[in-house]
Amino acid sequence: MRTVVAVTERVAETPSTVTLRFPYPTAAVPGQFVMLWVPGDDELPMSLSYTDGPSKGVTVKAMGGTSRRVQSIRPGDRVGIRGPYGNHFDLSPKRVLIVSGGSGAAALAPAAGRSIAAGSSVTVALGATRAPELLFKERFRAMGAHVEVATDDGSEGAKGFVTAVADRLLQSESFDAVWTCGPEVMMKKVIAAAAPRSVPVFCSLERHMKCALGMCDACAIGPYHVCVDGPVFPAPRLENLSDFGTFHRDSSGRRVPL
Amino acid sequence: MAELAVRCAGVNLRNPFLLASGVWGESGESLAGAWSAGAGGVITKSIGSVPRPGYPNPTIEAYERWGLLNAMGLPNPGIDEYPREIEIARRAGATVIGSIFAGDPEEFARLAVRMAATGVVALELNLSCPHAEGFGTEVGGTPENVEKVVRAVTKAVTIPVIAKITPNTGDAAGLALAAQRGGASAVSAINTLRALAIDVHLRRPVLSHGLGGLSGPAIKPVGLACVWQIFEKVTIPVIGVGGIASAQDALEYVMAGARALEVGTQVTFDGIGVFGRLATDLSRLLDELGFARLEDAVGVAHRASSVPPE
Repeated sequence: MRTVVAVTERVAETPSTVTLRFPYPTAAVPGQFVMLWVPGDDELPMSLSYTDGPSKGVTVKAMGGTSRRVQSIRPGDRVGIRGPYGNHFDLSPKRVLIVSGGSGAAALAPAAGRSIAAGSSVTVALGATRAPELLFKERFRAMGAHVEVATDDGSEGAKGFVTAVADRLLQSESFDAVWTCGPEVMMKKVIAAAAPRSVPVFCSLERHMKCALGMCDACAIGPYHVCVDGPVFPAPRLENLSDFGTFHRDSSGRRVPL
Repeated sequence: MAELAVRCAGVNLRNPFLLASGVWGESGESLAGAWSAGAGGVITKSIGSVPRPGYPNPTIEAYERWGLLNAMGLPNPGIDEYPREIEIARRAGATVIGSIFAGDPEEFARLAVRMAATGVVALELNLSCPHAEGFGTEVGGTPENVEKVVRAVTKAVTIPVIAKITPNTGDAAGLALAAQRGGASAVSAINTLRALAIDVHLRRPVLSHGLGGLSGPAIKPVGLACVWQIFEKVTIPVIGVGGIASAQDALEYVMAGARALEVGTQVTFDGIGVFGRLATDLSRLLDELGFARLEDAVGVAHRASSVPPE
């Protein structure tokens, strides 16, 4: 069920993120993820940051040990891929606001691309710790998205949280949907900002995963399993879950504060 | 509609289909979800004395709809934290059976006391995980050890104790008989069959642990044979496990001697709705075959004279 492929391209997107491209012709829809196996190390869920055509891609942020080793993969190195798994963004809304925190842009960029290609207008509120970490800023602009930036240190765009930018955009413009991916605390704020304007919000969640088949329970959140019920959730499904934005589960299944 | 409610190991079950240990079971909400989807009861993930992360991925290899190979490595939050998950499931009204694993009879007994204190209706002892060093089959692989562990646990707790038996020694019936001698109220059989997958391109096992355990429809005939042989040797109830995907599979196990059943892998292929479907379909199948109650079909295949005239 895994396909072993040789990585064809490695791109350092920002100081902390790397994109790997590989041949994988199976059709995918923006929002879906694959399980990326680094032989001898581990296998991690990765949103597809490139979903179109026979060459797919993932964009990896350096977090734990394995994600650092994923970043050290070079063209020609072999990895195992299975998937794509999970649901995806509904691309039908015509005016979309994307709110991206950190490496969340990996899941959102292909959605923006297909959406714009289908005639929708997309505005991106792009947040990062500092200017060099703004992931896919030029890629979003090249697609034709309107991009507004926020950085924690003010090195580019508005200083502070990207949710403030999102809140301002929601006040001044009309949107049919909000797509967001990033830290859960950020997504919670996005939901709160969109609520008074009745704009539906769709959140892409990242959780610890093992089987990705809805069996092992590692990615359980409330009554859902992120691998098969997600990773994209409409906000009403998340709002009353006590774990959302507060707890995640470690690999033993313990609830650990975020 | 034929009556599906059964009493097994001193526990009243609204239907015979239990959520097998290791599937969902890590979170209380998932256990509650399996219950509300129609499971007759839910068995927790196997819980140990301390939190355990399990093996690195890959921990699983899926084969279309016929099998699932896993070596999760007994990940679990540990007995200190897990009672909160059981509480969530119990508040939802679920009949919860607590699965535990340990390295020796004394640790099993200590853990059993703590698991029993959570309010579970019974314990299932994991004597059969095929891929965890120092646990599972390594503890429950001989009749002597099975008897010792079960005796230590049944002395320590008052709730019913179910021993989950391995098929990998070739003598599941001997292990089941040992569990009965130790005081078990029931045995469940089978756990997964020891198995392996290799990636030919990378020239290495797929699973990080190498060896794993095979579950799913591929192992149903093996499970049936084990239940059949166990039923002929023991007087305590048998819980059938292994590749149950349809009402007919379930009834095969019942006719081989099972009073209750566990379903796990099929949740992966069909989703949790499999529980509601199995219960409805089994009741209908029993009707068709002239059984008023599930209980009436238990072990009938052992009595050739029970075949109705054409």
